[in-house]
Amino acid sequence: MKPAPFDYLRAESLEEALAALDQGGSEARILAGGQTLLPMLNMRLARPALLIDIMRIPALSAISLEQDAIVISAAVRQATVLARPTLGTEVPLLAAALPWVGHFQTRSRGTICGSVAHADPSAEIPLCLVALEGEIRLRSRRATRRVSAEQFFVGMMLTDKGDDELIEAVAFPKRRPGEGYAFAEVGRRHGDFAIVACAGVVDAKRMRLAVAGVAERPVARDFPLLDGTALDDALNAFAWDLQARDDIHATARYRRDLVRSLGRKVLEEAAACRA
Amino acid sequence: MPRLNAGTRHVVRFTLNGRPAAFEVEPRMLLTDALRHLLGATGTHVGCEHGVCGCCTVLIDGMPARACLTLAVQAEGCEIRTIEGLAPSPARLSILQAAFRRHHALQCGFCTAGILMSLEAFLATRPDPSAEELREVLSGHLCRCTGYAPMIAAALEAAAKLREDAVHV
Repeated sequence: MKPAPFDYLRAESLEEALAALDQGGSEARILAGGQTLLPMLNMRLARPALLIDIMRIPALSAISLEQDAIVISAAVRQATVLARPTLGTEVPLLAAALPWVGHFQTRSRGTICGSVAHADPSAEIPLCLVALEGEIRLRSRRATRRVSAEQFFVGMMLTDKGDDELIEAVAFPKRRPGEGYAFAEVGRRHGDFAIVACAGVVDAKRMRLAVAGVAERPVARDFPLLDGTALDDALNAFAWDLQARDDIHATARYRRDLVRSLGRKVLEEAAACRA
Repeated sequence: MPRLNAGTRHVVRFTLNGRPAAFEVEPRMLLTDALRHLLGATGTHVGCEHGVCGCCTVLIDGMPARACLTLAVQAEGCEIRTIEGLAPSPARLSILQAAFRRHHALQCGFCTAGILMSLEAFLATRPDPSAEELREVLSGHLCRCTGYAPMIAAALEAAAKLREDAVHV
C-alpha cells in the first residue's frame, strides 16, 4: 500500500503547471486535495510518472461570483465551500449535498474540482453540477474551453478532459427565482459512496431530476410538471432507462426502487420549497 | 519550484507539535511513514492506508487530514499536530483525553489517536456540538471495540468543560 515512485512538482503558477502537464501528457497527473488520487496511488491503480501539485497556486484558490454563477477554482477545498455563509442562498442544492461528500476529515482536504475530475458515478458534486446544468472550465497550455456538465461526464471515471488539460474551475449556476431544489441519498453509512443519490430542480414549468449511482455517469431528465400516477410512471420509465446493474453494494432492482422513491421525494421537496 | 525526482530524497520541513522538523524523503513517501519512521512520532497509527479507517488522522494547519492520503512533500511548510501534541504536559491529559479515559471511550486504543485529533479540530470550530453532529464526525472513523457511544458522551462532556473554561479565562 505504498505508491510507486513518481516525480513531484509543486507548481507556483498556473503557467508552470500547464507547461508540466503539456510535457508530461498522459504520464502526468494533477494533485489537488488528494482524497481520491492518493488511494489510487497507494493501491497502485494509478502509476503516474509525475504529480503536479496545484494547491499552492494563488490564482486557483478563488471563489468568485459571476452574474449567474458561482465559480469555484481548482484549489478550493470542499470544507471551504461548505463553510461559506452565503452558500445556502447562492447554490442551495450544493449546500444540501456537500455534507454528504465524504467525511469531515476528507472534506477538509478534498477539492470540488478534484471530485469533478475523478468523475465517480455515485459522487454528489458531479450530480449537482449536472442537475443545475453547470459548466467545467478547462485549460491547457494552448487553449481554454468550457464544457457543459452533461457533456463533460462521459462514463465511469471518464471525462471529456484531455491529458494536457486541467480543470481550472467549475461554475455552479446560482439560485434562480421561482426554482426549488432538493437532494437525497441512500448509502450504507453517512459518508460512504451513495448507492443512489438524487437531485431535484423544479420551477413553474418543469421538473428536472438528476440521478447518481445507477448509470455510469450522473444522468438528468426533464419532466413537465407531474404528480400522482403520471409522476410514478415517468419515474419508473427513467429508472429503467438508467440500466442499473447488480453489484456488491446493491441489486439493480433496489437501485431502480431508490430512483422511484428518492426521485419522487426530491421532486416533491423541490416543488414545495420553490421561492 | 524545481521538480523533485522520484528516486532521490528531498528535504522537507514543517512544524510538528510546535517544534521545527526536517527530514529527507522520496516524493512518494506518505506523511504517516515520515511521521512514524523518520520522526519517531509513532502515536499516529496506520490502519487501512487508503483513507477509510481514520486511524492516521492528524491536523494540518488546524484541519483534519488522513496522513495516509497526504504525501510528506505536500506538508512542506505546514503546521502538523499529532496525538503527541495534545497533552499539555507529560503528566497531564488534555480535557478531551481525560474525558475519554473517564468514559472508557477507548479499549485497544488503535483508533483513538485519530479520533482525538478529529474531535480536537471539530470542537475548535464547534464548541457546542450536538450528539448528532458528533456522530457524523465519528462516521469518518472505524472503531471495533467501543461501539462509539462512550466517545460521544466523552466529547459532549469535554465540550462542556472547554466552554466552561473559556468563560472563566
